[in-house]
Amino acid sequence: MSNIPTDLKYAKSHEWVSLDGDVATIGITDFAQSELGDVVYVELPEVGRTLQAGETFGSVESVKTVSDVYAPIAGEVIEVNGSLGAQSELVNSDPYGKGFMLKIRVSDASALGGLLDAEGYQAVVG
Amino acid sequence: MNTLSFRTKQMPEPKLIFDRSSAGRVGCNLPKADTPEVDLAAVLGEVREELNLPEVGELELLRHFTNLSHINFGIETGFYPLGSCTMKYNPKINEKTAGLPGFANLHPMQPVETIPGALDVLIGVQDMLCAITGFDEITLQPLAGAHGEMTCLMLIKAYYEARGEGQKRHIVLVPDSAHGTNPASAARCGYDVRPIPTNAEGNTDLEALEKALDDSVAALMLTNPSTLGLFEPNIEKICAMVHAAGGQVFCDGANMNAMVGTTRPGDHGFDCMHLNLHKTFSTPHGGGGPGCGAIGLMKHLEPYLPVPVIRRSEMKVIADYDRPKTIGRVSAFYGQFLMEVRAYTYLRAYGKEKMADISRYAVLNANYVRARLKDVLPPAHDRPCMHECILTAEKYKKENGVRALDISKRLIDYGFHPPTNYFPLIVPECFMIEPTETETKETLDEFCDALIQICHEAVENPDLLHDAPSTQIVGRLDETAAVKNLDVRWWPKS
Amino acid sequence: MPYIPHTDSDRREMLATIGAQSIDELFREIPEKLRVAPGSLDLPPALDEPRLMAHLWELSKKNVNLADVTCFLGAGVYDRYIPATVGAVISRGEFLTSYTPYQPEASQGYLQAIYEFQTMISEIYGMDLSNASMYDGATSMAEAAIMATGIKHRDKVAVSEAVHPHYRQVLDTYCWSMGIEVITLPAVATGVTDLSAAADAACIILQYPNFFGTIEDLAAQRAACDSSEALMIVVADPVACALLKPPGAFGADIVVGEGQSLGVAMGLGGPMVGLFTCKKSLIRQIPGRIVGKTKEAHGEKPGYVMTLRTREQDIRREKATSNICTNEALMALAATVHMIALGKNGMREVATASVRNTQYAIQQLTAAGAKLHYSGRVFGEFVLELPKDPTVVRDALLEKGILCGLPLGSYYDELKNCLLVAVTELRTKDQIETYASALKEVLA
Repeated sequence: MSNIPTDLKYAKSHEWVSLDGDVATIGITDFAQSELGDVVYVELPEVGRTLQAGETFGSVESVKTVSDVYAPIAGEVIEVNGSLGAQSELVNSDPYGKGFMLKIRVSDASALGGLLDAEGYQAVVG
Repeated sequence: MNTLSFRTKQMPEPKLIFDRSSAGRVGCNLPKADTPEVDLAAVLGEVREELNLPEVGELELLRHFTNLSHINFGIETGFYPLGSCTMKYNPKINEKTAGLPGFANLHPMQPVETIPGALDVLIGVQDMLCAITGFDEITLQPLAGAHGEMTCLMLIKAYYEARGEGQKRHIVLVPDSAHGTNPASAARCGYDVRPIPTNAEGNTDLEALEKALDDSVAALMLTNPSTLGLFEPNIEKICAMVHAAGGQVFCDGANMNAMVGTTRPGDHGFDCMHLNLHKTFSTPHGGGGPGCGAIGLMKHLEPYLPVPVIRRSEMKVIADYDRPKTIGRVSAFYGQFLMEVRAYTYLRAYGKEKMADISRYAVLNANYVRARLKDVLPPAHDRPCMHECILTAEKYKKENGVRALDISKRLIDYGFHPPTNYFPLIVPECFMIEPTETETKETLDEFCDALIQICHEAVENPDLLHDAPSTQIVGRLDETAAVKNLDVRWWPKS
Repeated sequence: MPYIPHTDSDRREMLATIGAQSIDELFREIPEKLRVAPGSLDLPPALDEPRLMAHLWELSKKNVNLADVTCFLGAGVYDRYIPATVGAVISRGEFLTSYTPYQPEASQGYLQAIYEFQTMISEIYGMDLSNASMYDGATSMAEAAIMATGIKHRDKVAVSEAVHPHYRQVLDTYCWSMGIEVITLPAVATGVTDLSAAADAACIILQYPNFFGTIEDLAAQRAACDSSEALMIVVADPVACALLKPPGAFGADIVVGEGQSLGVAMGLGGPMVGLFTCKKSLIRQIPGRIVGKTKEAHGEKPGYVMTLRTREQDIRREKATSNICTNEALMALAATVHMIALGKNGMREVATASVRNTQYAIQQLTAAGAKLHYSGRVFGEFVLELPKDPTVVRDALLEKGILCGLPLGSYYDELKNCLLVAVTELRTKDQIETYASALKEVLA
C-alpha cells in the first residue's frame, strides 16, 4: 500500500504538487517510484523554461524503463532539484521530500482545483 | 541437473586480459618489413608515446578466450528458445563456403569485372528471396534488420517526395505490440510515430486503424505473424484499408520463419518488408551481430533502391550505380557479403523440394511446446500459434511472488537458455518461446519437463527461483549499480 | 530435410499431443488463398553437401582473389595480417552461435570480451569510452553526425571532401531522411581540409589519415570547432593511431572508424565492424550497446552486463538515441583477439612496417614515372598522378597480377589522372619493386 499524503494534490500521471504562495513543488508519487524500481537517472528541464499543464518536463529512468514526467500545472521553472544528479535514489527513498523534482512559479493557482486530492488519487492507483 | 559448461561457479572468475599482461610478450608471429628503415617523426610529424595494450603470448591468449567461451551460452551449447530471434542451427557448411578464399579474400573496391562469382551469389540470394517472399525486388544492401526497416521507410519517403506528398505524409503507424526498432527506425527517417492498439484476440484493432488513417499517413509497420506469435487473419483487409488511404504497408520480417515456403508476404498486400538473414536463413548471430537485413519491395518502390543495384543486363550480372532516383547508399559496399554466401549456401541446401519444411516444422515445434506447457503456463491467446508461442506466468507473480524473470533464471540452472521475457509489452509476465525447426522432440520434452518442474518449485520453494541461477560463474548481477557506478573500460593502475 | 531432425513417429506423436491431424491444420489461420503448396515455389533444386560445396567452390573460383594478385588497393579496406588465433576464437560455437547477451549470467564470456574491446578501442583512439561496436565505419560516422545534431540542436553538419566518398554518400542518405543539411569542405593542395566554411554546423567531420592518405591537422579542427561551438568528429584508422597522436589527444568529441584492419577478412566489404568512441560527457546520447562492469546483486564477484539500456530502441522506442539493435559483436571479438595478439609492440610494429613500405613505394613509383599529387604527410596510402588514364593502367597491371590501387576519377573530377595507392605491412620490397617496374613498362 503506497503512501499518499493528504495535504498534496495529484495528477493521474502520478505527479504530486504542493503549493506555497505562487510556488509549486512537484515530484512523483510513492506509487510511481515503487512501480519504476530503483531510479538511476532523472532528466530535468532548465531553469527559466515555461511549462504548460500536461507538458513533459523530463523523464525518470530505472534500469529497464523510462517514464516521461508531466507538469501537473502551468508555470515557469524556478528551481530544479540538483541533488538528483548524483543521488537519483532520493526519488525512491523520499519521493515527497528530498526526492522532489522541481519548483515552478505558477501562472494560475486556481488551476490546482482541477487536480486530484489524496482520495481521488487513491482511486486511480487502486 | 545439467551445468552449462566446463567452468562453474566454484572456479575463480577469469582475469581480464590486462591482468595477464607482461612486458615484452607478443601473441603472434609478426610480419617483418624488409624495406629501408625510416625516421618516423620526420615522416609522420608527431608520434605517440603511449599505447597501453596488453602483452601476452599466443597460448595464453587462446586459453583466455577458450575459458571465456566456457562461460558463454550458444546454440551449440544447448537449447536457445529466445523468442523473436530464431536461434536455429547454423550449418557448418555455411562457415566452410564463406571461408573460401575466392569469397573471403575479395576487396570491395576491386574492379567489378573481377568478381562475377560474387555477383552470382548476390543475385542468387535475391532471386530465391523474391520467390520465397513474393516481392518484385530484393536488395541486400542493409547491414541488419533495423537497418533494413530504415531503408524500407526511406524508399517510402522517396516515393512520396517524388509524388509531391513528402510533407503531407509525415506519420507512421506502429502497433503497440511491435518491436522497438519499428518506431525507432521511423523516427530515424524523420517520421512522427502513432501507436495502433491490439485487440483482445491479439489482432490489429481495425476500428482504431480506420480512425488513424488519413492523408497524413505514410505507412503502417506491421509484424506478421505478430509478435504474439499469431497470424493476422485480416491481413488483406488491413493492407487494402491502408492503400485506400493512400499509404504503404511495411512488413516486419522478424517472423518470416513461420512463413518460408508456406505463404508469401508479397501476396498479402505488403509493399515492402525486411528480412533478417541471421534469423530466418541461418547466418550466425555472433553474440549480437553481424546481422544481415535484406529487404523486399514491389515495383513502385524500385526506382528508389539504394545503390549499387545488383541486376541482370544482357546475360550478365552487373552492379548498377546509374540510378537517378536512388536514395543513395545505405552502407559502404555490397552489404554483408560473407553472410550472403552463408544464406545462399543454406537456401541451396533446402531448395525447391524442402524449403517449406522450415516453416512447417518450426510451427509444429512451437505448437508442441505450447500444448505441453498449457497447464502450467497458459497461452496468452487461445489460438494455434505460428513459429513461437506466448505464455504468461501471471498467476505465479500473483500467488507466489515469482516473476517470469525468476522462472527464466532458474531455466539456466537446468541447462537451457531462457526464452524472451517481457516482450511483447502488452502481455503481463510473458514468455516468448521460439523453438525453431532444428530441435528434436527429445530436446523439447526435456525443456518442457524442466519448465513444469520449475513451475512446481515456484509454488513450493519460490526462493529457489529468486536466487537462481546458482550454477553459473556469477549469480544475478546488480544492474542498478552498473548504471550508477558506470565502469565501461579498464584503466591501468597508476 | 537437411537440418530438421524429426522422424515420422516424432511428427505423429507431436501432432497427437497438440490435437491436430496434420501440420497443414496448424496453418488454418492463414487464409487458404494466401497459402502456397509445399514444393511449389520457383526455386532451384536442393543440393546435397558435396554438391553444395562443389557449386560454391566453382562460384568462388570465378573471382580474382587477393591471394592470386598483389594488393595495393586500400581506400578504407586493407589487406592486413590476420593472426591464426583470430579465426580459431571466432569460430568457437559458444561465441559464433550466441545472441545479444540478454541473460548476463550465461553470457559472461562475451560480455567480458566486449569490455576488453571497449577498453582497447578507447585506448587506441585516446578517448574516454567506446560502445560495443556499430555496423561499419560509414554508418558509424553517420550516427555520430546525427548524434551531434541532437546535442547541438542544429540541422546542419560539415564534412570534408577528403572523407571516404562512400562514407559521405551514406551520410547524405541518412541526413536526407532526417532533413539535415550536409556541407562539404574542400581539400587544399597539401591534401588537408579547408575548414573555413564550417560555420553554424553541429559538427565538423575529418578523416585521419584522410581518404587520400594525408594526415589532417586535428589541432586546427579543434580550433575551428571551438570557434563555431561544433562537435569535433574524427573518422580514424585504428592502425595508424598506433603511431599517430590519437584524436582524443587533440580533444576530439567523437571518434569513429572502421575496424576491418583489426583482424577482419575483407570479404568484399562485409561484415566489417564500426568503431564508436566519445567523451564521457556524451555517453547518454550514444547509439548502440555498451557493456559495463558491476558485481553480483547478492555477492561480491565481479561481472559484466549491458548497461545504459534506456537509450536503446527496445525501451525508448521512437525516442531512442538510434534504431540500431544488432551490432557486429563477432567482428568486435575478432578485433579484440587481433589487438591482444599483436599487443602493444605488435600494433606499433605493423604500423611502422606500413610507413616504411609506403615510403619505399613512393620512392619507387615516382622514380617509375608517376608523380605524388599532394605534398602533405602520409601514413600508409598516397595519391599518385599518372601520365596515362589510371583505369587503363589499372587494367594493364592487373594482367600482370598487380592490383595497383583505386583510380579516383569516378569520385573526384579534378583527380581523373590520379590513383590512390595503399601499402600495408604485408607488402615486401620485392613486390614494391615489381610494381614499379611493371608501372614503368605500362607508362612507357
